[in-house]
Amino acid sequence: MRDVAVVSFAQAPSVRADQLRNEVEILMPVVAEALGRSGISKHEIGFTCSGSSDYLAGQPFSFVMALDAVGAWPPMAESHVEMDGAWALYEAWARLQHGDIDSALVYAFGKSSMGDIAELLTLQLDPYSVVPLWPDAVSVAALQARAMLDGGHHSERDMAAVAARSRRDAASNPNAQVRTPLDEAAALAEPCIVSPLREHDCPPVSDGAAAIVLAAGERARQACARPAWIRGIDHRIEPASLGARDLATSQSAALAARHAGALGGAFDVAEIHAPFTHQELILRDALGLGDRATAMNPSGGALVANPVMVAGLIRIGEAAQRIIDGRARRALAHATSGPCLQQNLVCVLEAD
Amino acid sequence: MANPCAIAGIGQTRHASQRADVSIAGLVREAALRALEDAALTFADIDAVVIGKAPDMFEGVMMPELMLADALGAAGKPMLRVHTAGSVGGSTALVAASLVQAGIHERVLTVAFEKQSESDAMWALAPKIPFQPTVVAGAGGYFAPHIRAYIRRSGAPLDIGMRVALKDRLNALRNPYAHLHQEDITLEQIAQSPMLWDPIRYAETCPSSDGACAMVLVSEQAARSAPHRPAWVHASAMRSEPTMFAGRDQVNPRAGQECAAAVYHQAGITDPRREIDAAEIYVPFSWYEPMWMENLGFAPEGTGWRMTLEGATAFDGDLPVNPSGGVLSSNPIGASGMLRFAEAAMQVRGQAGEHQVDGAKRALGHAYGGGSQFFAMWIVGSEKP
Repeated sequence: MRDVAVVSFAQAPSVRADQLRNEVEILMPVVAEALGRSGISKHEIGFTCSGSSDYLAGQPFSFVMALDAVGAWPPMAESHVEMDGAWALYEAWARLQHGDIDSALVYAFGKSSMGDIAELLTLQLDPYSVVPLWPDAVSVAALQARAMLDGGHHSERDMAAVAARSRRDAASNPNAQVRTPLDEAAALAEPCIVSPLREHDCPPVSDGAAAIVLAAGERARQACARPAWIRGIDHRIEPASLGARDLATSQSAALAARHAGALGGAFDVAEIHAPFTHQELILRDALGLGDRATAMNPSGGALVANPVMVAGLIRIGEAAQRIIDGRARRALAHATSGPCLQQNLVCVLEAD
Repeated sequence: MANPCAIAGIGQTRHASQRADVSIAGLVREAALRALEDAALTFADIDAVVIGKAPDMFEGVMMPELMLADALGAAGKPMLRVHTAGSVGGSTALVAASLVQAGIHERVLTVAFEKQSESDAMWALAPKIPFQPTVVAGAGGYFAPHIRAYIRRSGAPLDIGMRVALKDRLNALRNPYAHLHQEDITLEQIAQSPMLWDPIRYAETCPSSDGACAMVLVSEQAARSAPHRPAWVHASAMRSEPTMFAGRDQVNPRAGQECAAAVYHQAGITDPRREIDAAEIYVPFSWYEPMWMENLGFAPEGTGWRMTLEGATAFDGDLPVNPSGGVLSSNPIGASGMLRFAEAAMQVRGQAGEHQVDGAKRALGHAYGGGSQFFAMWIVGSEKP
């Protein structure tokens, strides 16, 4: 595979509800910042790919207006996935493998504040047999948490520890939204929202956007003193039916990790896209992280900032930024999509 | 440079206003299984699945690829979901081809669909968003002013649109999968059909269809074991431009011109009218045939209508356009672009049956979307490039 690297990353601070700006207005400075840092102009960019969801915006073709944030003139080679931006990055990485272009812009945006996100995500389930029951996203996640706890390897205390660590890390992340410290003992004494999930186990509702510039080979070295090279990237999906898979494990994450070459060696940092506390525990097992990651979600992860359709791309950006800054040499980034970790993407990033 | 990519399998559903006999999963599976059968493969042979469709609100399912993963044999595999408005069927095929061209996969299944009967596309296209103009009249209401501008600019006779509609509907009679089979259609009938959005009459607009299309795209190595002659991707491109700004030409968009120029360049084509044997063009409203003939460089600006009038785009013309009957005869929106791409490939594989253009060696597949701002195109050929 051709050497492709993340050369710059920018994100909007996640907020509960950005009521003053629409998606384009949130995105515009983020795209400008990512391009600016890379020193690659929009006219040089060989391919642009974005990720978003019409249902978040409540309108069809919501990605169309986002083109205005990029200023698609003269016309540009561009595509869009109705997925988290991490998959847009995958498409751009694949396109860069063709060898005829040397750079790509990837962006994602989402305003979860526009509706009731937990009820909205119900629409991802089977429309014939499950949606009529209208289980909300928290209830569906709770089924998975219960399955994990019943496995006996993790406890509600472990889940609270994930939340507490995420909040601690959020304190030093200016883009994080939930930054109040968590007293684990007090949090565990709180009632469940949907058993066994308590408030601290669930993600916040967030508005946000992020952008990444990818470049290949020599162009990456020119654009960035310390590019975060993509050494492996892969994604896998599982059947949708919640009864057709073992919710306490994540086979697709394990499979993606294997194909991305993420099962060997140590990582200085791992950025895992786990909107719920129990999902981080499941993913740590699936990815075989154990003690292999020195720093686990140092950004605070999706538990402290969860702009849907963006949070996965942010994981790649946060992991890459640590390499670009010289704080890490090898990083693992992960993104998820769908109910109960149905689809997972794993990316291995390294410095030279 | 990129690896060669071949089309080894093609399948489509019977298109109809309502396919009440199948679920959404059943619909996509019908097309996918036909494509796999054509390539003599099974789901187990497929490395990755790339699926596309137009807005999720058309069926009321958010990111339906998630619930379709099982039906398409994608479990344990990579699955991508593309959405680029009306051009999506074409873009989806291009993303799937890109994975093969990148050398990542050997065999990729790509599928596009729309089950319009699950919802109401007109409603889904007309939400009231604060501070944004609403497309209250659906796509026809949006495009009618562009067509009027075209007629004014080009001085085209007013019956050109009707002639296109007649030609495509007659072509559809040769295509067993087409939604509309209007045996006794006449120019007079079309002229008397109700005016919906002046100058677009009811009979000059696309139907609302349930349907799906699928292709198996393979590497050069994998193409060797294909049972039937494959088609080869000679060129592919996508181009986008913003919806509106002062100075944008919505009648003859620059993104379309540049996308066409890019595919001709890649395929080494200097005279597209002579060097392309058949074209499957996205024509949801009849007048878009002459408009796209100009945008695609088949005719000088202002003269595309002459190609229609003189029969150049007819089934027996020098550049048969939409021999399948086109979008005017079947419109499962998200799949309509992929149907154009697949029909182009069927022509160069010699598998188009009754609507086969004699000796077609090179064909263009075209799709557009949004406010005439998203373009996806490929040129396919019978020989490996």
